Amino acid sequence: MVYEKFTTITSLAVPLPIENVDTDQIIPARFLKAVERKGFGDNLFRDWRYDNNGQLKPDFPLNDKKYSGKILVGGKNFGSGSSREHAAWAIYDYGFRVVVSSFFADIFKNNSLNNGLLPVVVSPGFLQDIFNEIDVDPEAQFEVNLENQTIQIVSSGKDEGFEINPYKKHCLINGLDDIDYLVEMKEEIQAFEKTK
Amino acid sequence: MKAKTLFDKIWDAHIVKQVEGGPNVLYIDRHFIHEVTSPVAFLGLKNRGLKVFRPEQTTATPDHNVPTIDQHLTIKEELSRHQVETLKQNCKKHGIVYHGLGTDGHGVVHIIGPEMGLTQPGMTIVCGDSHTSTHGAFGAIAFGIGTSEVEMVLASQCIMQPKPKKMRITVNGKLGNGVTAKDIALYIISQITTSGGTGHFIEYAGSAITSLSMEGRMTLCNMSIESGARGGMIAPDETTFEYVKGREFAPKGEDWDKALAKWKELKSDEGAVFDTEFTFDAADIEPMITFGTNPGMGVGVSKHIPTSEKLEGTDKITYQKSLQYMGYGEGDQMAGKPVDYVFVGSCTNGRIEDFRAFAQFVKGKKKAEGVTTWLVPGSKLVEKQIIEEGLVEVFEEAGFTLRQPGCSACLAMNDDKIPTGKYSVSTSNRNFEGRQGPGARTLLASPLTAAAAAVTGVVTDPRELM
Repeated sequence: MVYEKFTTITSLAVPLPIENVDTDQIIPARFLKAVERKGFGDNLFRDWRYDNNGQLKPDFPLNDKKYSGKILVGGKNFGSGSSREHAAWAIYDYGFRVVVSSFFADIFKNNSLNNGLLPVVVSPGFLQDIFNEIDVDPEAQFEVNLENQTIQIVSSGKDEGFEINPYKKHCLINGLDDIDYLVEMKEEIQAFEKTK
Repeated sequence: MKAKTLFDKIWDAHIVKQVEGGPNVLYIDRHFIHEVTSPVAFLGLKNRGLKVFRPEQTTATPDHNVPTIDQHLTIKEELSRHQVETLKQNCKKHGIVYHGLGTDGHGVVHIIGPEMGLTQPGMTIVCGDSHTSTHGAFGAIAFGIGTSEVEMVLASQCIMQPKPKKMRITVNGKLGNGVTAKDIALYIISQITTSGGTGHFIEYAGSAITSLSMEGRMTLCNMSIESGARGGMIAPDETTFEYVKGREFAPKGEDWDKALAKWKELKSDEGAVFDTEFTFDAADIEPMITFGTNPGMGVGVSKHIPTSEKLEGTDKITYQKSLQYMGYGEGDQMAGKPVDYVFVGSCTNGRIEDFRAFAQFVKGKKKAEGVTTWLVPGSKLVEKQIIEEGLVEVFEEAGFTLRQPGCSACLAMNDDKIPTGKYSVSTSNRNFEGRQGPGARTLLASPLTAAAAAVTGVVTDPRELM
């Protein structure tokens, strides 16, 4: 999958202070019927963004004009449930490049990393600081620096480091994916098969 | 030699390469695909000009989208039909075995793999579906992957994965009457929460686990993902070998003897260290039911909904939001709550044992008026067994009809949708908002508890009617 190389992003952030946001909420199953990777952003958080009549729910953060940006901030255990990669596609397609939470579900985290969407794990305290900052000032800027592995609340300068697998970091910064890597390993894989 | 866990033994034997500062390149023995998470992977191959590397190690079936009535007709809904047709064409093009709708091998992907003997101890198994954890019941490492990873397996028979941590969950003792593998699963998740297993791979152990049938073990391992774990596994034993023996793709003759000797070594060594351990007593488990919008929000069916008194901050907001969606109040008693729909099926509880349990329970009773019931076999083989064993007559006499195989109302991608606001007692695996249809309210339970609801029209402790 071709995605934009990731270095540093400075942006406003959209708050979603809900826990256990599962991938069925991120993109409901009935929108998984495409055979191409197109337009999933339109149905991001479909049943939270729209009411039964297809009207936007004004109080949902993504619909609230005061919030915008490339950073989505969610409560703990973000991305639980189904393995659908469509969830990561939908978030990316909508325009986000970073998801911040104190805790991510494993498969969602992998899927995000495979699609140029950076999952940033912060401490519960720092997550609360971010929510508070957006609450006080929806125009607040946040800087996510992948090279240094830091996320900063720009106004106060307060920051926190985050972990990322060095190989995945290298892939994101250079826009590489695992498939190229694996295809080049074909001979090693064939040799491995003979040992089984 | 250092004592190893069952998980270590299988994982380490499948490492092709350790990437420096990165994940393991892990070899995959068996790959299952379905219509929803594979098309973009095939498109990726096409764009890169790649072929499927080991087509004989991938097996395909359409399950998520398919109707569960009139399967002999063309699929009515255009997008679903196109997705199923795309899978068929992709398989044809790449030489992958495809079990189409209506054929003997058709069914939910996690039901047909074990039935055919494709799932075996010691294997690494993946599928673009989180409930791939089901296959861990055989002492295999089996877990769900995303579509990028489906493409990796198609292209190279490998994926890149960091090695997870290891957890052991021991359940000792004897299960009470009316308590099933599903109740063990819901009980464990209610105790460790839906993120308790995150970052881990679970091994289930203890006398309550080893006494389960293969069907029960599959139900339990299936639900591992609902605790956040990548998967769950159970060391293979005589129950496992007995199940696998003689199945279509099981080793035969001398190969069987060789395989069996290897499989008997598949257990955690004495003194092997797990990163996390939990121990539960089977006597504490009663038939379970969920009351909220994640599988960790479950209680014994005779209990009340916990209050949010002790919760704070986003925990409290999330809890209250969940009960509001369900239309329930804190402290409410679960027994007696009205039920509109009952769904029996899915990769969690769509196996023959589940329908036998349901049939035995409803025999001589009648379906409650006003309850709509969908009985959906997990596969063509399960459907055949239901018919041959005469369970259909039992169902019909009690006022139930049998549908055809598919994922159905578990995730409502087909027409089997629970209407907005309605309550569904479901043997599936997820009670997320809208999972069974926009606005649908799901109560997860075992086939027995589902049967009790189907004949009474309200949430009922099945032990009262057994």
